[in-house]
Amino acid sequence: MTALDTRPERPETRLSKPRLPQWAPLLVLAVAAALGALAWLIGANTALSVLVAVVAYLVVMPVWSGVVESRRAAIDRLATGLVWSAFLVALVPLVWLIVTVVSNGISTINPEFLTYDMRGVLGNEQGGLYHALIGTLLITGLAALISVPVGILAAVYLVEYGAKSRMARILTFLVDVMTGIPSIVAGLFALSLFVLIFGPAVRLGFGGSVALSLLMIPTVVRSTEEMLRLVPDDLREASYALGVPKWRTILKVVVPTCVGGIVTGVVLAISRVIGETAPLLVVAGFTSSVNMNPFDGRMMTLPVFIYTQYTASTAQGLSYAWGGALVLIVIVMALNIVARIIGKIFAPKTGR
Amino acid sequence: MTSTATRPDPRPEAEPDAKPPLALGDRVFKALSVGSGALIMVALAGVFIFLALEGYPGLSVDEDFYNPATTFLGYAGPLLFGTVLAAVIALVIAVPFAIGIALFISHYAPRRLAVPVAYLIDLLAAVPSVVFGLWGGRELAQHIGGASVWLEEHLGFIPLFAGPAAKSGSTMLTAAVVLAIMILPITTAICREVFAQTPRLHEEAALALGATRWEMIRTAVFPYARSGMVSAVMLGLGRALGETMAVAMILSASPVVTLNIISGQSPATIASNIASNYKEASPDGQAVLIATGLVLFAFTFGVNFLARYLAGRGQRRMAR
Repeated sequence: MTALDTRPERPETRLSKPRLPQWAPLLVLAVAAALGALAWLIGANTALSVLVAVVAYLVVMPVWSGVVESRRAAIDRLATGLVWSAFLVALVPLVWLIVTVVSNGISTINPEFLTYDMRGVLGNEQGGLYHALIGTLLITGLAALISVPVGILAAVYLVEYGAKSRMARILTFLVDVMTGIPSIVAGLFALSLFVLIFGPAVRLGFGGSVALSLLMIPTVVRSTEEMLRLVPDDLREASYALGVPKWRTILKVVVPTCVGGIVTGVVLAISRVIGETAPLLVVAGFTSSVNMNPFDGRMMTLPVFIYTQYTASTAQGLSYAWGGALVLIVIVMALNIVARIIGKIFAPKTGR
Repeated sequence: MTSTATRPDPRPEAEPDAKPPLALGDRVFKALSVGSGALIMVALAGVFIFLALEGYPGLSVDEDFYNPATTFLGYAGPLLFGTVLAAVIALVIAVPFAIGIALFISHYAPRRLAVPVAYLIDLLAAVPSVVFGLWGGRELAQHIGGASVWLEEHLGFIPLFAGPAAKSGSTMLTAAVVLAIMILPITTAICREVFAQTPRLHEEAALALGATRWEMIRTAVFPYARSGMVSAVMLGLGRALGETMAVAMILSASPVVTLNIISGQSPATIASNIASNYKEASPDGQAVLIATGLVLFAFTFGVNFLARYLAGRGQRRMAR
């Protein structure tokens, strides 16, 4: 466009309508930002000033474009502005939440907080979340122990054995639907199961594991299935041609080829369920002391610890809740980063 | 490939049509994987069966347990209403943003920006719901409380904002905003996928005919992605319906049926009601709560079922 503009002006041969220069959006953005800053100086709060700037941009840009270019171009510019602001607005809660949790939680974190439990802690005595940390690790670990084999084997069935059969199609569909089970329903299911076996007052950590695996299995199946499908059929056929039986082909050729992707999926699934609260609240109950045996008695977990401290609504309870939230977020983010790194390291193995 | 490669086939004379008998390892491995698949189906059926077994007595316990209502329907009705209200408001807030962000990632963002943005939005999904509840209840609620006063003053004629506004912000509006943030990632992810699948030729054809970028999206991308977008919205709805902790920690609930979302009197959702009343429930009260859980499960199952069905149908139509 700019190349056209430098030619001598010959209006009669112009093929396109006049267009705004490339820097026009930036100029309008600067003006809008200035307006927002002005509103802020006058005394509006931050949210309102940003709103002023966004609205200013969304009004000025289409109007200018409508005058110089055309109505259609104006609508296009409006849509572009809306899409960009949707993206920017969506970042607000993420940043806000992380900043709040870190700034509120950091002062609570100290070695005692991480290594004490809440047994017999009265008033403002120092307590901690050690018991919750242990509970979370045990319950989530057991859940992973249940769901990883079941999930991976079910995915193997879907890709290697089931292939287009009726059961495989139904299973795929059910797994999809299962990803939408509300977490509290999973908790109630585990509770009903154990109540039927042990009587109505039962609370045990293993029940939490069962509930979490119900939530975890579909994620593991989906991600493993996707990874298995990425393995080229040539590899399988080469192996069959050498006379290797199918199960050895799967174990020695197919799975090793995509093991990185499978592990990434499993770690991400763990990071999803490690923060689940509702099912654990219902079946694992809560306690203030360390319980190392998931098959007997109540067991505290990190999310439930945050919830109980929050509902206690004392000043100390709140600060413990924020501290717990910070620990939980750090664990979840660390798991996410580990998953990405594993994915990165093993990614090229598919050969594509 | 492996050491087994050198082993010759012991049955070279087998007829080509007849399937050779499976080796022992093969049989065991196949049984294991089929068994796992079956186990998943059994588990899903088990959810229905066990909830029904334990929840059935809850349909007809002593009237006291349904306080202030007298029947199960009277008890579950306001809860179901609250659940749907919170979810629908969350959808109304989240869907435009989700579509905007998905378009941003698939069509607007510079390539170098698109991948980190998608990752950031996925990060939002990784935040545990209890942390959302804590943040929503202690931080966001105060700001929404302030905004509610303004809404009541200026938009009070709309039934949604009739007030009296609760300054604390422990209201349906706050809960719905947090729910909206929580369902944003899944809705965005699915929209993004279907937008990115639009055939390149459709888009280029639209642009070649002189369409602006927005006209190209309206005429080529949206029609192609319609069923995918519907299913994305339905999945978001499913999530919002079942979300527990965030609502339980924000809402100060009372058994009312009202559209007023900024007052301190708002109906609880089924899930939040279970979470907040579980501690002190007797066996009978527990049965009532499990029965409401069964209602929730049936409802979300229906929504998810419909969503996946629509998505599957859309895919088949496009594949033709």
